[in-house]
Amino acid sequence: MHSSEHSAHHPALAHHFQDLDQQKDATWLAMWVFLGTEIMFFGGLFLAYVIYRSSYPDAFAIASNALNVNMGLGNTFVLIISSFTMAMSVYSAQMAQTGRLVVFLILTLVLGCTFLSVKYFEYKDKFDSHLVPGRHFDFAHHHDPKTGAILEGAHGGSANTESTSHEAGHSEKARREIQIFFSLYFAMTGLHAFHMIIGAGLLIWLIVSSMKGRFSKEYNSPVELVGLYWHFVDIVWIFLFPLLYLIGRHHHG
Amino acid sequence: MSAHVIESKPLVVEHKEEQENYLTAGYTLKSWFLTLDHKRIAILYLLSVTTMFFVGGIFASLMRLELMTPQSDLFEPDNFNKLFTMHGIVMVFFFIIPAVPGVLGNFLLPLMIGAKDVAFPRLNLLSWYVYIVGAAFTMFTIVSGGVDTGWTFYTPYSTSSSQTHVVPVVLGLFITGFSSILTGLNFMVTIHRMRAPGLSWFRLPLMVWSIYATSIIQILGTPVIAVTLMMAALEKVLRIGIFDPNLGGDPVLFQHLFWFYSHPAVYIMIVPGMGVINEVVTCFSRRSIFGYRAIAFANVGFVVFSFVVWGHHMIVAGQSVYSALIFSILSYLVGIFSAIKVFNWTATMYKGSISFDTPMLYVFGFQGLFLIGGLTGLFLAALGFDVHVHDTYFVVAHFHYVMVGGLVMAFLAGIHFWWPKMFGKKYPESIAKFAMILVFAGFNLTFFPQFILGYLGMPRRYASYPDEFQVLNVMSTAGGSVLGLGFLLIAAYMVWSLVFGKKAGMNPWKATGLEWEHTTSPPPTENFYETPIVNEDPYNYANRDFTKDFNKEVKLGA
Ligand code: HEM
Ligand SMILES: [Cu+2]
Repeated sequence: MHSSEHSAHHPALAHHFQDLDQQKDATWLAMWVFLGTEIMFFGGLFLAYVIYRSSYPDAFAIASNALNVNMGLGNTFVLIISSFTMAMSVYSAQMAQTGRLVVFLILTLVLGCTFLSVKYFEYKDKFDSHLVPGRHFDFAHHHDPKTGAILEGAHGGSANTESTSHEAGHSEKARREIQIFFSLYFAMTGLHAFHMIIGAGLLIWLIVSSMKGRFSKEYNSPVELVGLYWHFVDIVWIFLFPLLYLIGRHHHG
Repeated sequence: MSAHVIESKPLVVEHKEEQENYLTAGYTLKSWFLTLDHKRIAILYLLSVTTMFFVGGIFASLMRLELMTPQSDLFEPDNFNKLFTMHGIVMVFFFIIPAVPGVLGNFLLPLMIGAKDVAFPRLNLLSWYVYIVGAAFTMFTIVSGGVDTGWTFYTPYSTSSSQTHVVPVVLGLFITGFSSILTGLNFMVTIHRMRAPGLSWFRLPLMVWSIYATSIIQILGTPVIAVTLMMAALEKVLRIGIFDPNLGGDPVLFQHLFWFYSHPAVYIMIVPGMGVINEVVTCFSRRSIFGYRAIAFANVGFVVFSFVVWGHHMIVAGQSVYSALIFSILSYLVGIFSAIKVFNWTATMYKGSISFDTPMLYVFGFQGLFLIGGLTGLFLAALGFDVHVHDTYFVVAHFHYVMVGGLVMAFLAGIHFWWPKMFGKKYPESIAKFAMILVFAGFNLTFFPQFILGYLGMPRRYASYPDEFQVLNVMSTAGGSVLGLGFLLIAAYMVWSLVFGKKAGMNPWKATGLEWEHTTSPPPTENFYETPIVNEDPYNYANRDFTKDFNKEVKLGA
């Protein structure tokens, strides 16, 4: 009852598996199951998004217009291209073309880091214009000529103190609703960026291992698995981008 | 089902006595704390969940002491709030949820499916460490003053008002959640990919089906509570507004998300216990399981339905009457799957040759107590009745009947049943029976009066109560002491048996199953001396010749 001879002594085969095929099947299934977990993890945030967007549609549209759609769109393209280079890495790994594998992995890593840098500048911009939820949140600094009217007087005051000035009731309400949008924006894109960082770490690990020549025609599942993960993280962004950046754009041209 | 008789080939092990086993494979601390052996990891879990059980038990005893008298005299109301919160958190997240999967699941799953280990041994060890880190956060919270929100962390109290250490404990649970997810993932892949030749899905012991169903719930449910707790922590620290009505958020959303996990979580708690019952009830009835497929698919039913009944915890929390109605109906449906199992176990015993060893006594205990717990669950799922008893001791009694009467009984059944396999030693049978009676009697004395108290209107989570409730409360405290003694006694003789217990031999219960018939007690590190081949259905007691002494039947030497 022992393993088929050809793969029985492969250095990458763990002792408790019969052969490389069984090991590969197991790791594949594990990655898919893990992605299932991930969907549920993001799912909680998406649910909150759906609920608050349907409760506060106007505030969400206004807030969404305060995001930098060009950066978001650019990042979307960056990620789509990185998915392509990742797919090419997997293909090269399967074909055992180590040189191309390393090149494509590095390209993917560079694209991933590009995404993260753009994200950094977006966050910094939001931070500078007081759009980070919390005590310093203040939407009035961000003055959109087309929508500013709704937010007249929405500035000032910390989240904890009830403003007593005239008209404050209405604008306080708008301010809170917009703040919820930004809470979700940061939670969702932050969690996504965290996944990107992990992905970048995995890519570095793959680059090092492939330079050491660990992968071959018969053993390349780490590349495939990281590929799956990377595509998943991209797909999450494909949902995040329109949901966060493009709400109510058509109202304002 | 299969009529053909298969001779189970006796295992050939030379000099079984001196054979190295997983316990003798290394004595250093390092060999334990860096082990990749699923059986050693099971022992690590056994130690940790038992510790947590006694920590939780101390909180429970202090609460019962306080409730001896109508006034809040032993503890300030604020401290009482902390007591029941810490009790709930420790028991739910650090004992009940990991107990059966972590200990029995880890030990048995690879053995039952004829594998050398789980699919990912390193991940398995990591799960334990993650659990320990989560537990450390909780312990830190305890020593630094505790939390007072209730184990449910309802917002906005937890995020806006509570002055206690909500954030560290929430962080601890967030971390522990990943232990649960990783264990589920590992077990699920193991069941799919590591089964021995011939072990098709319908030949699996039902315990494996139970673990499989539990794993799916862990994988799909736990991430939701994780992200919910993350949002709650962000709310508390940064005031982001998601759950705070003052900031435009919706606190009921927290309840929805919380119960979306925590109702399925009650099946994470009970389903593995039900798995244990299958194995024990067949062995001590000497019969094949009645309705194998019905039980197997009832597990699938649990997975599906457990995710669509969460609203029964929120009947009076401001959801629409229509959703309350639908949740009520769905909750009734989930009762069907429990009923299928309970009826089938009863049918399994029918005309069986039943013996009354300790594990079987726990099965009897489970059957009766789980029945009461499950049926009162149905009471609670009835809208009108729930409005009356929601947040009273009736609910407390309900969930203790399922969690202690159900899961803890099943856990003890399993621990007694597999103890000889785990350590190669027998526990003292008559003391064990006595302890079982203590536990059973103590349990009922503790929690039955709580049904009455709740029905009469005593709310849960208060340190003081009107004088008229005192008699029932004193009964409950008295019962709690008996119950506590029972648990201590069990712990004592189990430890005693490790040193002084009689040698168990390979198959002291004359049970079927790979773990009993194909390997020694305790098993070697790689579980089997040769990979078993399975060519029969499980629980094939009809085709075993147990008139002879099974242990001698398995001859040493060829
Ligand atoms: C037949 C199946 C079951 C049904 C229909 C059911 C129904 C219910 C209902 C309606 C409540 C809410 C009562 C209220 O707060 O007013 C409840 C509470 C609870 N049930 Fe069950 N239950 C079932 C089985 C279980 C099982 C198997 C467990 C655990 C092993 C369990 C654990 C709990 C817990 C922990 C609570 C209380 C949560 C809290 O508010 O702190 N239930 N159950
Ligand atoms: Cu429930």
